Amino acid sequence: MSRLIDVENLTLQFDTDEGRITAVDNVSFSLEAGEVMGLVGESGSGKSVTAKSLMKLNPRNAVYGPDTKITLHLEDGPVDVMSLQNDTEMKIVRGGSISLIFQEPMASFAPAISIGDQMVEQLLIHTDFSKAQSKELSIEMLDRVGISDASTRFGQYAFELSGGMRQRAMIAMALSTKPKLLIADEPTTALDVTIQAQVIDLMKDLVDEFGMGIIFITHDLGVIAQTADKVAVMYLGKLVEQGTVRDVIRRPAHPYTRGLLAALPTLDDIDAPLTPIPGDIPSPLERPAGCVYSTRCQEIIGPRCSAEVPQFLSVDTDHSAACHIYDTQEGAA
Amino acid sequence: MSQSPLITAKGLSVHYALRGGLIGPKPYVGAVENVTIEIAAGSFFGLVGESGSGKTTLGRAMLRAAPISRGDVHFDDGEVSYSLKDLGKQDLKEYRKRAQLIFQDPYAALSPRMTVRDIIAEPLEVMGLTSSRAETDERVREIAAKCRLNVEHLRRFPHAFSGGQRQRISIARALVSGPKFIVADESVAALDVSIQADVLNLLKSIQEDMGLTFLFISHDLSVVAHVCDHVAVMYLGRIVETAPTRTLFSNPRHPYTTALLSAIPSLDPDDRGRAQKLEGEIPSPTNPPPGCKFQTRCPHAIDRCRVEEPTLETAGTEHHVACHRWQELAG
Ligand SMILES: Nc1ncnc2c1ncn2[C@@H]1O[C@H](COP(=O)(O)OP(=O)(O)OP(=O)(O)O)[C@@H](O)[C@H]1O
Ligand SMILES: Nc1ncnc2c1ncn2[C@@H]1O[C@H](COP(=O)(O)OP(=O)(O)OP(=O)(O)O)[C@@H](O)[C@H]1O
Ligand code: SF4
Ligand code: SF4
Ligand SMILES: [Mg+2]
Ligand SMILES: [Mg+2]
Repeated sequence: MSRLIDVENLTLQFDTDEGRITAVDNVSFSLEAGEVMGLVGESGSGKSVTAKSLMKLNPRNAVYGPDTKITLHLEDGPVDVMSLQNDTEMKIVRGGSISLIFQEPMASFAPAISIGDQMVEQLLIHTDFSKAQSKELSIEMLDRVGISDASTRFGQYAFELSGGMRQRAMIAMALSTKPKLLIADEPTTALDVTIQAQVIDLMKDLVDEFGMGIIFITHDLGVIAQTADKVAVMYLGKLVEQGTVRDVIRRPAHPYTRGLLAALPTLDDIDAPLTPIPGDIPSPLERPAGCVYSTRCQEIIGPRCSAEVPQFLSVDTDHSAACHIYDTQEGAA
Repeated sequence: MSQSPLITAKGLSVHYALRGGLIGPKPYVGAVENVTIEIAAGSFFGLVGESGSGKTTLGRAMLRAAPISRGDVHFDDGEVSYSLKDLGKQDLKEYRKRAQLIFQDPYAALSPRMTVRDIIAEPLEVMGLTSSRAETDERVREIAAKCRLNVEHLRRFPHAFSGGQRQRISIARALVSGPKFIVADESVAALDVSIQADVLNLLKSIQEDMGLTFLFISHDLSVVAHVCDHVAVMYLGRIVETAPTRTLFSNPRHPYTTALLSAIPSLDPDDRGRAQKLEGEIPSPTNPPPGCKFQTRCPHAIDRCRVEEPTLETAGTEHHVACHRWQELAG
């Protein structure tokens, strides 16, 4: 396997009326070709803006930290994403090599252009296909994501489709250019589980077929368990845990990850009460000092937690967490 | 639950016309077809099913926000009763106070330029339910407290809030007019599991507190299992099975329900590929197959299924299923 993308020290802030807020704080990870990484975390923890950063897609009020470095490894050599300036340079990452499935399906289709015309246009921009070939491929992709009567749907507008069909049309569009890296932001939340299974199988086929790498953002830990090779967990702009899917789900190391898993409703005991993590996620305007999770942590170990930012420490091979539990005052680890 | 029904749909159909009708009958999407269903007062009623099967449309028809093509929906809360198909303007206004929607997307649903107080107060003002600003403020504070938002939150703008808090704001807004019936369409789908658990606990406690009736539309069967007392399963515009929650999850009778339950992604990474795969063509609501609508994907389909459409039969206490072979398959 070969390296597909390296994200180093990604820091992202937004200028807002109420001041500058930190949405992503010094996040690093990497992905190999053909690898699927699950990205999970609290609403507002920065998953979507992290994903958009890989394509420099954040709005104008976004400010990237000076140490931020994102390297995309393509056949023709590495691309330094942060240094891309104009639209021509951006073309390398937007829609060509990287495809992004947006969280808001409504937002990613123009309302007054049919689904099909948008798919074809995209293929004409990013591939060498003719118009007829593009149409044929688009209909084939709609069919592969389980949209019945694909040639009729091809001519319809986004508002005429149900939530789940819109989502699948978007997936079909994103996959049709056969990207090197697919970033899928909550791609299956609006799908019933039988269709979800089918869409996930299709993505896996494409991973096998041509080594596509996937960053899969979802809060559905079941979907992560069934699709991802490795998992990264975010809380309030910070990466708090990283590891293989087995380790993170079976032996969660960070107290936040443990809280997430405990909150999951299971079918084994449908009378069991649902147990949320107590408290609210702090506003990004009021980030806690020390560990970002210290205001809600059930396993807090002392004043150190609210004073000192925990470092990422290895808890096992390929498994690390940012928590003082894994550090000793002597600084052994 | 032997409560009298708050909502009764009878033979309800919602059709959307399709453009480009050439010759012959006008093509349409049968988004909801001949649905008959009762929702008891005080129930937390789950609606699950295939994407595009008509759940949102059915929920909207119950709010009189989708066109009713055939059949009708009755609402009766003991004080007033309405037939939604031919609701006059004045009655419709009155009905809007009693039936509300909680939006799916807590990000898109809240206007960024209004304070949280104004967002929650808006329905009161639009419906003219309060006579003074002081009274409005009082109602807003009361409902905000129920939804665990504090006074200081009310002055802020929505973007300062997390997804869970925003969802609580939209819940407060939906509840402020004192409705009896709430349609929650994928209201927790965008939330991570911890916030989801929190919002669901909140909905349940408010329901008990205020005696509300919920239609809860969701793709997440584990969530439905935990919060709903009854569940209906939809497929291609039809209800194919309905039962008390425990019965549905322990004794599913319709082959589509069985497939749904088996496809719930397991938390065990070594369990991959265990879901029952449904082969076959996914049918289209513009051109539904003859007979049973599930026959193109059903592993148990026989000749009869391809010609004769099954109707809901009683399979147990409050348990109904539309399948020719449910008895045989139950054996
Ligand atoms: N354009 C923007 N201007 C200001 N703040 C923003 C902007 N976009 C995002 N944010 C803030 O950045 C933070 C991270 O948002 P993001 O959308 O990445 O969260 P998320 O992890 O994807 O959450 P969810 O699971 O709810 O989708 C949030 O606090 C959000 O309010
Ligand atoms: N305004 C509309 N115009 C035309 N067709 C529509 C309209 N709204 C819905 N439909 C069609 O009605 C059918 C049912 O859609 P609906 O949104 O009710 O499904 P759903 O069960 O809520 O699906 P999902 O789980 O994907 O949200 C779909 O075939 C859809 O394309
Ligand atoms: S560092 Fe302290 S507060 Fe943070 S997660 Fe670890 S134990 Fe909890
Ligand atoms: S009626 Fe036939 S096709 Fe339909 S669900 Fe039953 S067995 Fe399957
Ligand atoms: Mg997001
Ligand atoms: Mg819907």
